[in-house]
Amino acid sequence: MYLQLTVGGLLLGCIYGLVAMGLSLIYGVMGIVNFAHGAFVMVAMYASFWLNRFLGLDPVLSSPLVALLMFGFGVIVYHAIIGKILEGPFLARLLVTFGLSIFLINCAQFLWSPDYRMVENPIFRGIIMLGPVFVEVPKLMASIGSLIVAGLIYWFVRKTKTGLAIQAISLDRMAASLMGIDIERLNGYAFGLGCACAGAAGGFLAEFYYIFPDVGTMFGLVALVAVALGGFGSTEGALIGAILIGIIETVGGFMIGSEFKYALVFLAYLVIVIVRPRGLLGWGAD
Amino acid sequence: MLNVSSINAGYSGVPALTDVSLHINPGEIVTIVGSNGAGKSTIARTISGLVRITSGSITFNGERIDQLPPHHIVARGLVHVPEGRHVFSKLTVTENLKLGAYATTSEAEIAKRLEYVYELFPILKERARQQAGSLSGGQQQMLALGRGLMADPKLLILDEPSLGLMPKLVEEVFEAIRTISQTGVTILLIEQRVLEALELCNRGYVIQNGRIVTEGTGTELMDSEMVRKAYLGM
Ligand SMILES: Nc1ncnc2c1ncn2[C@@H]1O[C@H](COP(=O)(O)OP(=O)(O)OP(=O)(O)O)[C@@H](O)[C@H]1O
Ligand SMILES: [Mg+2]
Repeated sequence: MYLQLTVGGLLLGCIYGLVAMGLSLIYGVMGIVNFAHGAFVMVAMYASFWLNRFLGLDPVLSSPLVALLMFGFGVIVYHAIIGKILEGPFLARLLVTFGLSIFLINCAQFLWSPDYRMVENPIFRGIIMLGPVFVEVPKLMASIGSLIVAGLIYWFVRKTKTGLAIQAISLDRMAASLMGIDIERLNGYAFGLGCACAGAAGGFLAEFYYIFPDVGTMFGLVALVAVALGGFGSTEGALIGAILIGIIETVGGFMIGSEFKYALVFLAYLVIVIVRPRGLLGWGAD
Repeated sequence: MLNVSSINAGYSGVPALTDVSLHINPGEIVTIVGSNGAGKSTIARTISGLVRITSGSITFNGERIDQLPPHHIVARGLVHVPEGRHVFSKLTVTENLKLGAYATTSEAEIAKRLEYVYELFPILKERARQQAGSLSGGQQQMLALGRGLMADPKLLILDEPSLGLMPKLVEEVFEAIRTISQTGVTILLIEQRVLEALELCNRGYVIQNGRIVTEGTGTELMDSEMVRKAYLGM
């Protein structure tokens, strides 16, 4: 039974991990806590939903496309809003993504109504036996997909020239600009990449999850906790933190009742923040 | 080559530079000396675009650069190695050096420059795969210098390259600066080690409280009563 639960938590954690990785990347590079990250997941889920409804694309298969769209969306949001307040007062930097989140959620309510929706004919469904455990196929696909995307982003940031420049900005912005790095452009890319993480995750989730305007809020919060657990600015840490949360949520939820599962998650968060304020693997941008 | 003409600049309204003018001719080593907080680093930052001037002008090879963002200034061959080294501590030595050549797309060119920097500072080659943060202070300074050279500078601004180094390493750094200068790179050297800097330079400026108070050739300045009293303790 516990093996069953742990596997379930692990799968969930991988999806959380992808969302959290994007959040961590954005924070690491520009010092912004993106409170709109959950809303980005929601936007991506609707994008998958409509792609499915009108073009008949399956959400898992269309998730690269959704990730790409969200990358573009992120770059635009960066240049239209975020970049303008990066040098601004602390409170503005803190609140701008809050505002954006509320705006996006309300837009979704206005455009698509608060109804719960679900993709009607997902190609991945049902349950398979993996050794001694039952696994829901769409969840399995979603977590494998999340790991692949997370791996790609990791590779991009570590191994490409643009990725190196993004790392340089997060380590020392002043020195990075003296290297000839166009900080504004690269910040835009990094924000876009962060959104693409939320986008891919949203695409995978759309395969089996209800879609409604507030659906992202919990994902955003959990990602925030995962990032704090793993240490702000550490993408690997965020992934590990997220997997931990997935497991705490599923196993703990079973033991003390699923209505308390998020209480457990936040309790774990409080403990870590008190015991190890820099997170498990943390180093900050500030 | 570089012409700084009557600039004023400051930090959030507090002036740090008042009516500063200086010029650098191709091939020269020019030094700026002055005590703590005089405004030396601020001059470097205005030239490289990190700090905006409030009046005056800066031209490089005849072109106004005082409104350009830093990355455009680097692209013109004006490279600033900041005070305090600022190496990317979590990245390897090689990655740091490659970032120095960020504006260059040609892999062959980057490899060539890397070879040149390794030749100049063999210790960097030995440590190529180590994290920059694990290097000693002197090695980090070599790395900062090498990273600056990777941009193939026409004018190199060095802000206190000897800061916090042991005397033996200071000599090494000054030797490296001489070598770099001999390859045709023009150098603006900011230093608190006044004697060494004045011996090395062609010309120098003395800055106090954000103003240039005197200028001249290295020997002129070393002989000047004011410099001897204020900075050489004679
Ligand atoms: N980032 C900053 N914000 C506000 N004021 C600053 C900043 N940097 C420097 N200053 C102020 O500007 C003045 C000039 O500083 P600057 O760093 O140019 O001096 P410096 O000659 O380089 O000194 P040092 O030898 O200590 O490096 C000082 O009064 C300093 O306090
Ligand atoms: Mg200084």
